[in-house]
Amino acid sequence: MRPQTISRTIVRLGAQSIFGRWRGALLFVLPVVLIGLSILVRGLIGHEEMGARHALDGLGLTVIVPLVALLATSGLLAPEIDDGSISYLLAKPISRHTIVASKLVVAAGCVLAFAAVPVLIAALILRPSYALGFALGALLGGLAYCSLFAFLSVLTRHAVVVGLIYLLVWEGLLGGLLDGVRWLSVTRWSAAVVQEIADISLVDDLPLWYAVPALAVVVVGGAWVTGRRLRGFNLTGDE
Amino acid sequence: MEIRIDHVSRWYRNVVAINDVTMTIGPGVTGLLGPNGAGKSTLIAMMSGFLAPSTGTVTLDGEPLWRNEQVYRKVGLVPEREALFDYLTGRQFVLANAELHGLPDPGAAAQRAIALIEMTDAQDREIATYSKGMRQRIKMASALVHDPGVLLLDEPFNGMDPRQRIHLMELLRTMGADGRTVLFSSHILEEVEQVARQIEVVVAGRHAASGDFGAIRRLMTDRPNRFVLRTGNDRLMASALLADPSVRGARLRSEGGIELEASDFGRFSEVLPRLAREHGVRLHEVTPTDESLESVFSYLVAP
Repeated sequence: MRPQTISRTIVRLGAQSIFGRWRGALLFVLPVVLIGLSILVRGLIGHEEMGARHALDGLGLTVIVPLVALLATSGLLAPEIDDGSISYLLAKPISRHTIVASKLVVAAGCVLAFAAVPVLIAALILRPSYALGFALGALLGGLAYCSLFAFLSVLTRHAVVVGLIYLLVWEGLLGGLLDGVRWLSVTRWSAAVVQEIADISLVDDLPLWYAVPALAVVVVGGAWVTGRRLRGFNLTGDE
Repeated sequence: MEIRIDHVSRWYRNVVAINDVTMTIGPGVTGLLGPNGAGKSTLIAMMSGFLAPSTGTVTLDGEPLWRNEQVYRKVGLVPEREALFDYLTGRQFVLANAELHGLPDPGAAAQRAIALIEMTDAQDREIATYSKGMRQRIKMASALVHDPGVLLLDEPFNGMDPRQRIHLMELLRTMGADGRTVLFSSHILEEVEQVARQIEVVVAGRHAASGDFGAIRRLMTDRPNRFVLRTGNDRLMASALLADPSVRGARLRSEGGIELEASDFGRFSEVLPRLAREHGVRLHEVTPTDESLESVFSYLVAP
């Protein structure tokens, strides 16, 4: 059998598992909130820049994108690790990196469908000149978050909680208070991508040559350490 | 194929789960017998590459099992835990397993495995609707789908009704007779001795005994049995019993009753009511004090 990097079976199972659980419904709610709010803002204040900025950056990039990534990724790995059913994937002659990459393909699909495309639609509603920039920023940021949360899922049983705390405390609270956090913030990196394409200033002094490689390192590095960690997965019974 | 466990210990922080175990599991059916918490699941996890030994080595035909995903071409694992992909039907689940193994014709392999465990009728139902026994069987099908030379089953008879139990026993016997290496764990001796040619007993993380079921039976039955008797006349009854060779010792307890050690259980069970009748002593209570499996096992490991 030729070595493969993506297993279609795992992608199929992953997609089924996400939409087979209640988390799947939440994935539909988040974009509706974003687009609904955008329509409201558009109706109330028109194409004004501040409104678009708050909706797309403040809600889209900072809240919707990481939450979609968290829901998609943690729904893919954490429950299977928790209940032990991951052993049916692991007891196969498949590289652990293939398993992780295949799961991340599903998560990436979710980010595209439930974060990047809704952000694109919201931007088209609010300020069409922002659309491309924000959509690309949302996609890249979302991918980086997926890798990050995948690693959290194999690191701790409480991946969702730890992920939320990370988002609230690091990306939210500290990111707002301390300027230096931008160097280590996925959301700020994706904002740096946005402002390069769209005519908007979201984050000061964060060059693109830093932001893009940083995103790439998190995407690839996160996936790789997740696979590595899965290789040494301990499955023990109830003893 | 042969799984070799060589001087393996495994501890979790400072709790020792497996203590210097050495055993070889060869072709045929082997039963891994031990009380709950003895370390059976830990051993099976190590034999299936899902746990690294703290010291020692676990190998399959000389190949390490830990961090070696290629061994799963030859190994089928039926885990103890119930969780499955509930949102799939039985057939979809077994088919997915066949595809993940990279089999040339996954559909046919899945059908063969499902037929083998007699789940053809229920294969198109969602796993969420399955009973415990059906889940156990569909797990079995997923482990057999690639026709492995080694089959490891953790407590496979749990939750099965008698008919399913007999069918699985039959299946394991056939697989063993085919020359496959089959190992299953159980905490019930009767279960193990009906299927397994070879029995490995694990107690408190140690390899307590090894042999065919006859040898294990003898170890368990040729030993003093302890009882507490409450009778109408303890002193008279104790002296009468002591006169019989099947009784090794008797002691009058200060709180009433006799503490008694019998060396030949068969004879003792016949002698006791007869002596009671002859001496006109009423027997109120005969309680074995060490009949539980745990005490049987603890006797086995006593030095």
